[in-house]
Amino acid sequence: MAEKILPPEELGRVDYSPPKKSWMDPKVEFRKGTFNYGAVPSSTSYLDLPFSRKWQPTDDDWQLPDNWKEIILNGLKDRLKKYRSLKVFMDICVRCGACADKCHFYIGSGDPKNMPVLRAELLRSVYRNDFTTAGKLLGKLAGGRKLTKEIIKEWFYYFYQCTECRRCSVFCPYGIDTAEITMMGRELLNLLGLDIDWITTPAANCFRTGNHLGIQPHGFKDSVEFAVDDLEEITGIRVEAPINKKGAEVLFIVPSADYFGDPHYFGFLGYLALLHEIGLDYTFSTFASEGGNFGLFHSAEMMKRLNAKMYMEAKRLGVKWILGGECGHMWRVIHQYMDTVNGPADFLEVPVSPITGTRFEHAASTKMIHIAEFTADLIKHGKLNLDKSRNDQWRVTFHDSCNPARAMGLLEEPRFILNSVCNHFYEMPENTIREQTFCCGSGAGLGTDENFEMRMRGGLPRANAVKYVQEQHDVNMLCCICAIDKATLPPLMDYWVPGIQVGALHELVGNALVMKGEKERVTDMRSNPLPGKEVTVDA
Amino acid sequence: MPTFEWNDVKIEVDEDGFMENPEEWNERVALALASTEGVTELTEDHWKLINYLRDYYQKFGIAPMIRKLCKETGFPLKKVYELFPSGPAKGACKVAGLAKPTGCV
Repeated sequence: MAEKILPPEELGRVDYSPPKKSWMDPKVEFRKGTFNYGAVPSSTSYLDLPFSRKWQPTDDDWQLPDNWKEIILNGLKDRLKKYRSLKVFMDICVRCGACADKCHFYIGSGDPKNMPVLRAELLRSVYRNDFTTAGKLLGKLAGGRKLTKEIIKEWFYYFYQCTECRRCSVFCPYGIDTAEITMMGRELLNLLGLDIDWITTPAANCFRTGNHLGIQPHGFKDSVEFAVDDLEEITGIRVEAPINKKGAEVLFIVPSADYFGDPHYFGFLGYLALLHEIGLDYTFSTFASEGGNFGLFHSAEMMKRLNAKMYMEAKRLGVKWILGGECGHMWRVIHQYMDTVNGPADFLEVPVSPITGTRFEHAASTKMIHIAEFTADLIKHGKLNLDKSRNDQWRVTFHDSCNPARAMGLLEEPRFILNSVCNHFYEMPENTIREQTFCCGSGAGLGTDENFEMRMRGGLPRANAVKYVQEQHDVNMLCCICAIDKATLPPLMDYWVPGIQVGALHELVGNALVMKGEKERVTDMRSNPLPGKEVTVDA
Repeated sequence: MPTFEWNDVKIEVDEDGFMENPEEWNERVALALASTEGVTELTEDHWKLINYLRDYYQKFGIAPMIRKLCKETGFPLKKVYELFPSGPAKGACKVAGLAKPTGCV
C-alpha cells in the first residue's frame, strides 16, 4: 500500500542541523510522500467552497484569485476580531522554545519549521507585519514578513504537517493552543480554495450520505447486518442492532470506519455484544452515521455544521442522550466546541446509565458520553461478567489517542477497562502516554497514502515507545480508541515495529465479555482461534 | 488530469491511477489497470474478486468492508494480497474501477 519510501534505518537517521537559509525564506519543495493532494472540484463545489478548481500542490501556478492577498489579510483581520484567543496567541509567545522538541513532526523530520513555535511564526510574521505598529514601522526588523505567494505555499506545506494533536500546548507556559493556530492557517488557505482532498471529500460525503466514507443508508444496514451475523457465529447469540428507531433511549454514534475497516470492525462487534448483554435500549442512525468530524480540520463553520447533524438526529429520533463510540477528534468537538457552537442541547437529558444509575454530570450540556466512560462505569459496578483469559493471546499496550486524552481527559477509564478485560497490560514510558501521548502522525486529515513518508516520520516517536514495550514485555497489541489510529497505526507498526497488531478497546471487551446463553467461544472477535482452542476449529 | 493509455484503452485517471469516470469501466480497462499493479494476467480468482467488488459497488456505491469481501469470496486477506499485491483497496478496487474510500480508513 505504501508509496516508495526509504527503509526505516535510513528514515530514522534524522538530521537536526538547521538549514543554512533564514527561516524567513518561505521556499518549500513539494516532494511526493510529504504533502496531501488538493481537493477534487466535485467535493469543494458540493460544499459550496470558494474557488473550486482542479489543482495540485506540485503545480507551479496555484490559480489564486487576483485579489488573493486582500482575501487573506481580510480573513485574518476577521478572525482576529472574532477570536480573542487568536489575538492572544499571536501576541503572547515569547519564543521560549519549550514546545520546540515536543512535536512528533519535528522529532521525525528535523525540519525546524515543524517546531510548533516556528510553525506558528509563519502566520505570526504576517500578522506582525500587517497588524502591529512595530511591524508596520519596522517590517522585517520586527520579525514581520510581507505576504507573498511563496508564503501561501509554505503555509500549505506546514499547516498540513501539523495534526492538531496539542502535545506542544501541554508544555507551553502560556497555554498557547497551537492546534488553533493551525486551524486558523487552514481556514485562511481554504478562503483561496486551497483545500486538501482527504478532508473535503469525507466532509462532502458526510453531508451527502451521513458519513465520511460515503456509505449510503442501505449500505450501512448491510454492514450492520453482516456484523450481527458474524457475531452470532462467534458467540452463538443473535443480537439486535436497531437503526433509526424512534423513541429509543440512547442514540449510538460511531465513526464510520468502525463498520467498514479493519481492525475497527472488531471493536464494532464488541459494542454490539456489550449493548446486547446489558439490554440497552439504543439505536444507530443512518443520518448521523458518523462520529468523526472532518469539518474540524477544515473550518469552524464546517465543524459546526457537521456537529449539528448529530443533535438534529437525536431530536428527530426523540432519544434521551447520545453515546459516542471509539472516535478521536469527535471528542475535541464535543468536549470543547459543541457547547458554544451548537449547544446546550436542552432538548436532551443528562446521560444516566440505565444499568448502574450513574449520572454523567460532566456531560450536562452536551448530553453525550464516550463509550469508554460508559463501559468503565458498568465494570466498576460489577455489571459485566468478564473472562480475562480470553485475551491471553494479547500482550497489550495502550495508545492514548490525542483528543480523548488531551481534549477530554479520558485517561483512567480505558486503563481501568484494560485491567479488567486482559491479564497482560503494559504501559509505554510515561512521557509518551496520557496527556503527553504522542500522535499517530496521521490525524487531522493527513492519513493519506500520498503523505506516507511524513506520516512515518510523524509517527516515529509513538513507534519508538511501542518498540520499547515490545522489547521489554513482548507486547504484541497496540490498543487505541480512535478510528484514525486504527487506520494509520497498522502501517506505522509494520514500518517501524513489525509484529504489533492494532486493536480496539471494545474488541478486547467483546473477547472477555461472557454473555448469557453464549456457546463455548472458540474464536476471538477476529475469528481467530482462542488460546487452547485451536484444535476445535475446522481448518 | 492524467490520461492512461494501454494498448487500445485510453482512460482518465487520478494521481493514484484510479479511474476518474468509473462508468467507462469494462474488462479491457480492468486488464489495462491490472498492468499498473504488476498483474499481467487476470485469472479466474482475480475475476471472482473483481466481479464481487463490482457487484457490491453497483448495489451500494462503495467498496464492501474488507471483512465482508474475504468472507463472501472465501479468500483470506493473504490471498487477496497475492492476487493484488497493493491490497484490496489500492489494488483490487482500482482494477475493478471503484473509487478510493476516504476518511478514517
